[in-house]
Amino acid sequence: MSGSDEVWKVNRERDAQRETFESNLPKKGPIGEALAPVAGFGVSLRNFFRPTVTEQYPKVKVPTMPRYHGRHQLNRHPDGLEKCIGCELCAWACPADAIYVEADSNTPDHQVSPGERYGRVYQINYLRCIFCGLCIEACPTRALTMTNEYELAGPTREGLIYEKQDLLAPMGENMLAAPHPMVPGTTDGSYYRQEVDGPVEEQVAWVREHRPDDPTLPENRGATTVENQGGGRA
Amino acid sequence: MTATADKPAAEVVDTVTLTIDGTEVTVPKGTLIIRAAEQVGIEIPRFCDHPALKPAGACRQCLVDVASPAGPEGKLRAFPKPQASCTMTVTEGMVVNTQHTSEEADRAQKGVMELLLINHPLDCPVCDKGGECPLQNQAMSHGRPESRFVDVKRVFEKPLALSSEILLDRERCVLCQRCTRFSKEIAGDAFIDLQNRGAQQQIGTFDEDVLDFDGYRPVGAATVDEAGKAFSSYYSGNTVQICPVGALTSAAYRFRSRPFDLVSSPSISEHDSSGSAIRIDHRRGKILRRLAENDPVVNEDWISDKDRFAFAWQNLSDRLTRPLVRKDGELVEASWPEALAAAAAGIKAQTTGDDARGAAVLAGGRVTLEDAYAYQKLARVVLGTNDVDARARTASDEEQAFLGAQVAGTGLGVTFGELEKAPTVVLVGFEPEDEGGVVFLRLRKSLGRQQVVAVAPFLSRGSEKLGATLVPAAPGREAAVLADLPADVREALAQPGAVIVLGERAAEAPGAFAAAQDLASSTGARVAWIPRRAGERGAVEAGALPGLLPGGRAVSVKAARDAVAAAWGVDALPSAKGRDTAGIVKAAAEGTIGALVVGGVSASDLTGDVAAALESAGFVVSLEVRRSEIAEAADVVLPVAPPSEKPGTFVNWEGRLRAFATAIRTDAMSDHRVLDLLAREWGVELGTGTVEAVNAELAALGAAEAAHRPAAAKVKAPARNPRPKKGAAVLATWHQLVDEGALQDGEPYLAGTGRVAVARMSAATAASLGDAVSVEVSTEAGAVELPLVVTEGMVDGVVWVPVKSPGSWVARDLRAAAGAVVSVKGAA
Ligand code: SF4
Ligand code: SF4
Ligand code: SF4
Ligand code: FES
Repeated sequence: MSGSDEVWKVNRERDAQRETFESNLPKKGPIGEALAPVAGFGVSLRNFFRPTVTEQYPKVKVPTMPRYHGRHQLNRHPDGLEKCIGCELCAWACPADAIYVEADSNTPDHQVSPGERYGRVYQINYLRCIFCGLCIEACPTRALTMTNEYELAGPTREGLIYEKQDLLAPMGENMLAAPHPMVPGTTDGSYYRQEVDGPVEEQVAWVREHRPDDPTLPENRGATTVENQGGGRA
Repeated sequence: MTATADKPAAEVVDTVTLTIDGTEVTVPKGTLIIRAAEQVGIEIPRFCDHPALKPAGACRQCLVDVASPAGPEGKLRAFPKPQASCTMTVTEGMVVNTQHTSEEADRAQKGVMELLLINHPLDCPVCDKGGECPLQNQAMSHGRPESRFVDVKRVFEKPLALSSEILLDRERCVLCQRCTRFSKEIAGDAFIDLQNRGAQQQIGTFDEDVLDFDGYRPVGAATVDEAGKAFSSYYSGNTVQICPVGALTSAAYRFRSRPFDLVSSPSISEHDSSGSAIRIDHRRGKILRRLAENDPVVNEDWISDKDRFAFAWQNLSDRLTRPLVRKDGELVEASWPEALAAAAAGIKAQTTGDDARGAAVLAGGRVTLEDAYAYQKLARVVLGTNDVDARARTASDEEQAFLGAQVAGTGLGVTFGELEKAPTVVLVGFEPEDEGGVVFLRLRKSLGRQQVVAVAPFLSRGSEKLGATLVPAAPGREAAVLADLPADVREALAQPGAVIVLGERAAEAPGAFAAAQDLASSTGARVAWIPRRAGERGAVEAGALPGLLPGGRAVSVKAARDAVAAAWGVDALPSAKGRDTAGIVKAAAEGTIGALVVGGVSASDLTGDVAAALESAGFVVSLEVRRSEIAEAADVVLPVAPPSEKPGTFVNWEGRLRAFATAIRTDAMSDHRVLDLLAREWGVELGTGTVEAVNAELAALGAAEAAHRPAAAKVKAPARNPRPKKGAAVLATWHQLVDEGALQDGEPYLAGTGRVAVARMSAATAASLGDAVSVEVSTEAGAVELPLVVTEGMVDGVVWVPVKSPGSWVARDLRAAAGAVVSVKGAA
């Protein structure tokens, strides 16, 4: 007798020993038993008289609950520096292995986030993400949060791997696009303690000198439509 | 090979029996409590303790409760306070209670951990050690769940660059002193030490005025702290690996990755002939770092910085991935079949017909055993020539005869362990620190127990660190010096276990091999040959030398040729005397060689006119990882795999087989496989398609019997060199460990730790140049100008410059090797 036959036989025997299935639901009376085959129509009939719940998506877009787990967002400090330090803790926490991060060193000429380290490559693969939010909990700098955006479908696989520029939060009112130096006299600690509340003149001057055409400079603001300030794929 | 292979049998040792957490354990006398606990699987947390370093008791994390029998009746008496288990040796009847069984010990450990964390910044998210940090792990397992510390932590400016490669974040340091103990005890580069006291205690560097730097400064910039100067050591990377926190990091790996990203593959270093065990950590097919693996019989816990940091070369933008064929003067990408056909057709066109010229093979010293075997088999079976040489450096027939007679196929000779235990070591043409890598660390381990004698033009800093005595020898005069060694050195060599080490530069000294062997036979010392490159010993074993067949068989002995021919299933092997690398380059330049097959050779390593050779050779096939100078001049370029992308075997200088597997899977092929495919174009089955096939062939061939080996060459030591005239000097030169070799390309941080190139001369020789601060060393071919450093005790009439350091490419610029007479001119 082959191995699989053996297993089969044992299973058969075990099945034979099992008790027959008994439902826990209360037993119906004789009328109930008789009407049981058409009882389902009752459900339909009842719903004829209820308000419709069908959503007219995509014609009408209903807002989600405020804490809905949607697309991620990489936040910025008030002066425009990125909050992400490339620590990979989000990638570490992710149960679906959806996040890929490569860090690099900030340099005086290329200061992207406060401190020494920033996330050079940041990708979230929305084909893998299960929107559990564990990455958000892991992030030590509150760089990563989730938005309510739920329209995450697309025709290609590559397209669903969101890069850093797709995830970065839109530039706020006065923010100055990174890279630029930190506020003079501050440390990364000052940023975490929220002691920085916007770009200072030195930072603006630095950007003016290095990127005179930067659309986030006060003089360029509003002059042109700002392209790709982040905030998902419009 | 296992650790026991080195020793005949374990000696009987005194043992001690003690009880740890209720478990009785018997260990050799003198064992530390922490080691005894490890043996019964009890883990005691620790930071400063490291098995390869002397106990320090610096961190106090390993506290345990100890009681030992005392008094006349041997009553168990407990120590009043917990004791550091990493500094206390076991005694008979001792009772140890660790944190598992003693609340007192557990409380003590938690307290120490709390103290250590007081000033430790909680910057794990930006710290490279995060995820593999003993402090992180032990704080989780043995620390308090919550911190009670509410005050401001101590901060330092960070990071402090100890060198261009090694960065120190002092606030993360737990003052365990592993790094300082390593640099003092193991490497002998005491450049860092504890400074200040109390909360301000920190690791820092010494004052330059305290230590005499004397021309051994690193190339790169390094910041200065309160007192000091730059950390310059060839072994500094080990401190990064043993630092139990993220205080020491390397610039190359800083912020690059996290341990959970990395795939670790064990491998063998391709950088020197020691065959050090390493671990390659890679992410998405890209190497991010290399670490030392513990191999007790070879490199123990350490590797050199070159082994650790030099890996970027293989992924530079000039990496070859597809074959190239020259069409209308341009190298263009081609398919493999097309390139192989073109290569074979080109070689055939040169080697057949009316104006047929010969073919020759240069394999390069970095190939594996299998690759070397394939190169020589291709030369002998397909190209019908003995013009094959893997020694891309100065080589001699005398050396070849020595290698055939004494080295090839002799298996394990002198080992690392024996070298360490040798009472006397005489170094000839060999600088352990610059040319040996971890060999230096092994010799240094015996500092004070071993007499090292350097036969060299001057006592280098490396030799000084070994406590070596100098037997001065001008380059080329080593043989005469060996024949006439001081009586005390001869006596010391007569002690059992003494070793004479010959380096690759012994080939530059006529008669040195014979003299060393005479010395060995008259004193009973053993001879070890320690070449520099990783592939040299394997090439000797595989027969990739013009006069040697596999296993040490001499080409000149007909019976040996017939034996190999029979094994290979060919009628006969070529019997004409083959040319060595220099001979091949010369012949090619003169137009007598039509086709060249060149492996991993850097043109700038050869003194011959390589450009002319490539020009005059009718057809050049280059097997290369990158677009090298030779590949650029070739007619067909076949891409081959770097060591991390192929399996293979390096044979280290001991004769130990150091096999390694593929670390990163790519579609790049090994040289031996490419040559196997190439041979098929002639209809020849080379049989070198796989590592297994080559090893089976090598095993079947075995080592040569004595009658088949070459006879030792009788080379007379030259009569006394004429004393160089004024304005001339004899050139002495060797490679520094960190220099501008092709395998160190693309790693600026490592390059910064290499030493500044200087020219060295004795005071008298320097004085003859007048008031010079720099020296121009020149030959007819060119000149190099380097800052002058007057070196005490140096042989007069000699000038030393590094072979391939920044601003000093001797082979390319001077076209001269050690022993040549060069012109020297002082410059203010
Ligand atoms: S939400 Fe969950 S699955 Fe998605 S990226 Fe974050 S951790 Fe991963
Ligand atoms: S998003 Fe947060 S957790 Fe992820 S790498 Fe950036 S800082 Fe670290
Ligand atoms: S730098 Fe690292 S190895 Fe050196 S004392 Fe500090 S913690 Fe120990
Ligand atoms: S490990 Fe024992 S004192 Fe540090």
